[in-house]
Amino acid sequence: VTRPRAGRGRAPLSLVLPACAAVALLLLPLAYLLLRAAGDVGRGLRVLTRENTLELLWSTGVLVGAVTLASVTIGVSVAWLTTRTDVPGRRFWAVAAALPLVIPSYVAAFCLLGAFGPRGLLQQLLGVERLPGIYGFWGALAALTLSTYPYVLLLVSAALRGLDPALEEAARSLGRPPLTVFRRVTLPALRPSIGAGALLVALYTLSDFGVVSLMRYDALTRAIYLQYRSLFDRTPAAVLALVLVALTAAVLWLESRSRRRVAHTAPGVARRARLHELGRWRWPALAYCAAVVGAFLAVPAVVLGYWLARGVDRAELPLREALSSVSASALAAVAAAVAAIPIAVLAARYPARWTRLLERLAFLGNALPGIVIALSLVFFAANYAGPLYQSLALLVFAYVVRFLPQALAGVESSLAAVGPRVEEAARALGRGPLATAATVTVPLIRPGILAGAALVFLSAMKELPATLLLRPIGFETLATEIWKLTSVGSYSRAALPALVLIALSAPFVWFLSSRHEPTEVEHG
Amino acid sequence: MKRIALLLALLALGLAGCGGDDEEGASDTLTVYSGREEELVAPLFERFEEETGIDVEVRYADSAELAATIAEEGDNSPADVFFAQDPGSLGAVQDRLAELPGDVLERVDERFRDGEGRWVGTSGRARVVAFNTDELSEDEVPDSVFDLTDPKWKGKIGLPPTNASFQAFVTAMRLDVGDDRTRQWLEDLAANEPRFYEKNTPVVEAVAAGEIQLGLVNHYYLYLVKAEQPDAPVENKYLPGDDPGALVSVAGVGVLDGAEHEDAALRFVEFLLADEQQRFYTEEAEEAEIPLVEGIEPKEGVPTLDELAGRGPDVDLSSFGAELERTLELLNETGYTS
Repeated sequence: VTRPRAGRGRAPLSLVLPACAAVALLLLPLAYLLLRAAGDVGRGLRVLTRENTLELLWSTGVLVGAVTLASVTIGVSVAWLTTRTDVPGRRFWAVAAALPLVIPSYVAAFCLLGAFGPRGLLQQLLGVERLPGIYGFWGALAALTLSTYPYVLLLVSAALRGLDPALEEAARSLGRPPLTVFRRVTLPALRPSIGAGALLVALYTLSDFGVVSLMRYDALTRAIYLQYRSLFDRTPAAVLALVLVALTAAVLWLESRSRRRVAHTAPGVARRARLHELGRWRWPALAYCAAVVGAFLAVPAVVLGYWLARGVDRAELPLREALSSVSASALAAVAAAVAAIPIAVLAARYPARWTRLLERLAFLGNALPGIVIALSLVFFAANYAGPLYQSLALLVFAYVVRFLPQALAGVESSLAAVGPRVEEAARALGRGPLATAATVTVPLIRPGILAGAALVFLSAMKELPATLLLRPIGFETLATEIWKLTSVGSYSRAALPALVLIALSAPFVWFLSSRHEPTEVEHG
Repeated sequence: MKRIALLLALLALGLAGCGGDDEEGASDTLTVYSGREEELVAPLFERFEEETGIDVEVRYADSAELAATIAEEGDNSPADVFFAQDPGSLGAVQDRLAELPGDVLERVDERFRDGEGRWVGTSGRARVVAFNTDELSEDEVPDSVFDLTDPKWKGKIGLPPTNASFQAFVTAMRLDVGDDRTRQWLEDLAANEPRFYEKNTPVVEAVAAGEIQLGLVNHYYLYLVKAEQPDAPVENKYLPGDDPGALVSVAGVGVLDGAEHEDAALRFVEFLLADEQQRFYTEEAEEAEIPLVEGIEPKEGVPTLDELAGRGPDVDLSSFGAELERTLELLNETGYTS
């Protein structure tokens, strides 16, 4: 079975130009890093060969591997339980387990520390002197898994719902137990969505600074920030950031390889699958879902609620900040989706070495920490695009640079599911490539575009480091408000903006986790 | 899709509306980059606007990140004033700062300003040893940081190794007693297994909670922690004599070279050093920094400049920027930041 392909002819300029322009803009931070690193090659090399750098590379790699493994395990298991089994309350768990996506990872880290850290709620509750330490690897793993496993959960759930259940049913009718069916039939078919989810998880972990800083885990991003923060020295920071880019390239290559091994099954018919009856495993499965939601959603919610209760008399509803967050994030979501479409269509419909490379390049800058992206845009905008500097447009652009891969993931998943036959028909009837894309492809892959845009929206709502440096002066978002209050230790007042951020983002997660719920029979 | 487009158009319009007011006055608005927290200094900006009628726009972020931003912006920086947390950040962009007039500089003792007059301190912060009052009396707290290497403090000391003010303290020790003795001290202290924290506030919180007994921090974090937990059992000990642990450092301000609103910028610096604003740190500011202008008393319980005058190491704050790299190497080699 092969993936049907269209447009074997030359890629039309009307797609190539916007795609190349978008990728070129996305690579600005990389250009900046090379410029800075080249400023003092000798020192750059010394930084590169420091023993420390190797240790950082190792500790970062270990963290990325562990977070990805944990996120895939949790994401896939919950996705399967809530779409394919009769676990009690499966619709509820499907949404609740996806909700941690709206919690910014730095808030997650604050909450985990507030709950399990020294002097935390648990310690007060138990009345003990000291708990096992949460700082370091385990704390970072927990907070980052919390923030990232929903990516896997959402993508895999959508794939499961879109998957023709005929194969699984055939296997079951041959007497295979559910777990065997899952391992031998379902899992291989899910490979692309697991790969895409794992990629988002890995890139997020590579770029995150908030968690590793609060949990005091020595990752590359922490070292990069420390270079900027205490040494004011841009060469070593740039060199370390380039190491991060190299690590990203390795991750992207791994993901591409795992894609190549996948056999594509025909889309078939998406319809509601018959649910596995879990029997005596029903209650353990329920306990598992409850544990995931309890640990990753209830714990942060309880901590935030406790802080809010402690400072409720001083709390002010951050309405203006909420409006700023929502508008900047919405603009970013639309811009990212628009920019992602030509790149994704080109890679999917005109497969060639260079179109795939273009698509991979779009991911390359995604693992750079926010400060690097912010400073690179400060440099280019202040010196070469004065009127844009410190404008809302530049901030939105920064969000697009950081989060475009999420829009790409959404668009690509839809493109893969929608065969190119209708497009071929439109071309045969004399429509030009651009008109075909606009009137046929885009409406067909609308769910994917919307899902990608929603993911970008959620990420932009949480973004902090680039927002701080690039926002127009006086433009306060919920994230900057949380930063402002936590930086003076006023957690009781930071709880409200954090909860508002979560409340405003939650409907989008609901939208993401309920999409693709097939009606009785729907043609895929 | 159409509904979404309509919604976006409305949002964009709304934003344009919000931004409209700012645009008009942009040409005579003073732009300040503030590494000092909004929660702490916003009242000063409001007062300046009221008093002078000059509009101020403030970009708040981390001091060092703002220094990096100013460096990247080069000659195109929209900033008129850089108001920073520490001498290091100001030192990092000193080439981009204009020399301040003598009468402004002379408001403050020369210990607390740049040797070439490019920035001036606006408030002081003393290094202290915060201690848990349930566990210790002030007399039981060592009089010198050099006594912290005593094995009886094993596992009971906390410090923020990546924090700029801690690093400034290590720089002061290096300049005072030399690199070798500083390295020895760092190694001996490391053998006492101190706990590392990301910032000053968590150190003080940990002392209050009894997680540790002693914390190496700046004096004013005590007041921030007490604002959140009024009964916290923690106090500051100001070390006597010329101990490096009694360093007094400053937050400061500089005017950018070629600033578009140079006059307003200078007025702002003068304003920060006027008696009334210096009193702000005594009377209003929660964090109780030390006023730097002669004759203004600090908040009760905080030592005056005169009391601090003879204390602390005799070091030049404006050299801290250049010395920082060596300090960081030392901290890295002795395992504090790696």
